[in-house]
Formats: sequence, structure tokens, C-alpha cells
Amino acid sequence: MNSQQGQNYGSNPGQQGLQQSREMEYLCADCGAKNEIRSREPIRCRECGHRIMYKKRTNRMVQFEAR
Amino acid sequence: MASSSSSQLPSSVYNPRRHVGVHAERVSDVASTEFPGHYPGEDHSWSLARFKESLKVSVKRLSQRSIEFDLVGVDASIANAFRRILIAEVPTIAIEDVFVWNNTSVIHDEVLAQRLGLIPLNVDPALFEFRLPGDIPYDRNTLVFQLEVECSRGKKGEIINEYVTSGDLKWVPQGEQESVFGDMIPAATNKDIVIAKLRPGQIIHMELHAIKGVGKEHAKWNPVATATYRLHPLILLNPSKPVPPHLAQKFASCFSPGVIKVSSDGQVSVDERHLRKETMSREVLRHKEFEGCVELKRIRDWFIFSIESEGPYAPEALFPEAIKVMRGKIASIRSAAEALLADSQDLAGGAGAVASAPDADGDVEMGS
Repeated sequence: MNSQQGQNYGSNPGQQGLQQSREMEYLCADCGAKNEIRSREPIRCRECGHRIMYKKRTNRMVQFEAR
Repeated sequence: MASSSSSQLPSSVYNPRRHVGVHAERVSDVASTEFPGHYPGEDHSWSLARFKESLKVSVKRLSQRSIEFDLVGVDASIANAFRRILIAEVPTIAIEDVFVWNNTSVIHDEVLAQRLGLIPLNVDPALFEFRLPGDIPYDRNTLVFQLEVECSRGKKGEIINEYVTSGDLKWVPQGEQESVFGDMIPAATNKDIVIAKLRPGQIIHMELHAIKGVGKEHAKWNPVATATYRLHPLILLNPSKPVPPHLAQKFASCFSPGVIKVSSDGQVSVDERHLRKETMSREVLRHKEFEGCVELKRIRDWFIFSIESEGPYAPEALFPEAIKVMRGKIASIRSAAEALLADSQDLAGGAGAVASAPDADGDVEMGS
């Protein structure tokens, strides 16, 4: 079903460069708050202290066939 | 289902050659016997004049979404071909490509894409060309929709955009489409189909490309909800063994309501106007006391079509559309056969001229 996914139409390199320079945001698995993770810092939610984070979904377009 | 037919059946339905026997555990005489050489001394070669005389089409019920009509005097192969064309080969427009920018709902991208494909769109397929694999999308073969919904909580705590429905599809005109469509804004035929449910903070943002296709490729391009036929039922009472008057009510209750009339003195008769409502449950054949009283039949060449439209076509337009597809097929077979004939005559010395002019009907290629 998802053999055709991952083809990234229209993702321009300029947008990607912007991505990398910005601090990556993660979502807390417990409360859903946005968190920034920096190196040599404990991974811990600022709101609730939970230690599990989720990476956000890609900003690139993903193509599917409606079948 | 109201019975709208008020006329009596023509007497030719009692011709036993047209009957398919329905018995307790089997059917009999399924195949037609009226083909050349079966009955000595009878001419059953195919003739257009005879076919025209016996062919009858009449609409029995028509609503916004469905039609029931009779097709009488054709072979089952023809009726079945039309039924299959209705399901598999009458084109419609459906969403094919889904470009997901964001989807944070609980429903997965793949599943959401599949659901979107199944939404019937109100676009006339005649305005579009087929987009074959490898073709470039442009305004005559692709329709673009935008689906951008964000769920949030309102001031009073109410949830805004909890349901993403087919009405949220926003058409994005491409090229000449704005002037071609005018007031007929492409959208879903039903605006209340729930595509996904959201909670506050969740977003769906995607672009959808709809193309023309046929049902044999994928069921999302099927223009009908159902297209079926059944043979007209027939109940033959045996005059030499009438139903005993004290069992008349029991006899009538063996059939669909209204099919059997019981007179005040307990005589039973068949109401021909309501005969089509008979479900052929064969209940009457289970009772010993009615053995030999009645024979159940179906009329072999009387097809009661029932078609439900689910898409851009009006229900009454679907069958003519199927005929168009069929004629396109016949035209391509004819041109292929003529080419074959011309080839063989070339090989034989090229003496015979090939008749290639259109026939008296003026049949022309209609494209498929």
C-alpha cells in the first residue's frame, strides 16, 4: 500500500536548510507539550517531567495513491 | 416500493417456451430453445424486424437516486453485458493521488487516502479525458481539491471542526476549468460523509488529485451503488386442481402480499398487476395440500433492472451510458474484423473490394 510513499515532490532545498539551523522540537509523550532538546542536557519535559519524547512529523509532502 | 404498473401482462407471457421453471430445490429450462434448427420448420434466424417487434423497455419507478425498469425481449447475455458494463466500464471521476502535507489525526495517511478515493464526486466525466499512467496532469484530465482542516477549542469550550466531512473538500480550479464548470462547482455528491474525526490541536492538510477511471480498475470509479436484474415472476394456477376455499388464506400467505387475490367465496386468483412483487420464496411448494395446485415460473427474457446511481449520473442516464460503451466496443470489433477481411483479401490477390462505408444505421465509432 505504501510502496509509493516517500516521493518528495516539491520539497525545495532552501526550506530544508532552514530546518537544520532551527532547534528541533519534540513532543512530550505524556502531556504533549513542545520541548527543545539540547546536547548534554537531560531529556525531560519542562511541563511534567516525563522522560519520553516523540519526534514531530516531517514537514515534507508524502504522496499516496487513494486505493 | 410502490407498484406503479397498472397494466395486465401481455398474453405472450403464457407461452411455455419463455418460462424458466422454479421448483423446490432446483430450476429448470434455464436456456432459451428458440435458436435456428431447434424446432423443425420454424425460422429462428436473427432478424432486426422481429427483434424490434419483441423488444420493450419501460420505466416502472424513478426516484432521485434509483430507477427500476423492464427490459423485455433480449437474451440474458445482452442483459448481463449491460449490467456488467454499468458496474465496471461506465467512467466516473474519483480521487486518485493524495499529497499529504500534514496529518496529525489518529487515522493513518494510507487509510485516509483510501477513504478519500471512495468519495463520489458530482463531476460529469464527459468533460474529462483519461489520464493514462505516465501522462502529465493538466486541466483536462485532473481535478484538484484542497483539504485543510484544523480542530480547535472555542471560547465556550466547544470543539470546532471535530468532524472532517466530504463537504470540507475545496475545489482548486486549474487552467480553463473555472470557465468550463461555471456554476457547477465540483464537490462530493454527499457533503456529510465523515472522513475523519479530530481532537483540538490536530490538523489535516492535503492536496487531492481526482482523475477519470472505470470500475474494473478500482471500485471507487463504479458509478452505481447496485445494478441488478431479476427475471419477471409468474404464478400459474392449475385449473384442474383448484385451491380448496378453506385453505385460500393460507395459500395467499405463501406469496408476497397482494400477489394472490382471494374472493369472498374463497376462490384464489393471481393479481397480474402485483406479480412483479413476488419474491419467489417457494413457500407454497413446502405444503403437501397445495401439491399440483400451482406452478412457479420466471419469464426468461423479461428482465427487471434495478439501478441505484451514486455519482454524477442521473439514474435514468446510466443505462443509455452503458449502451454507449457497448456500441463503442462493437464499433472497435467491427473495424478490427474489417481490417482482418481486408488483409485476407490482399493476400488472396486483392481482387475483392471491401465495403467500408457506414451502414444504414449510420453507426460510427464512439470511442471507449
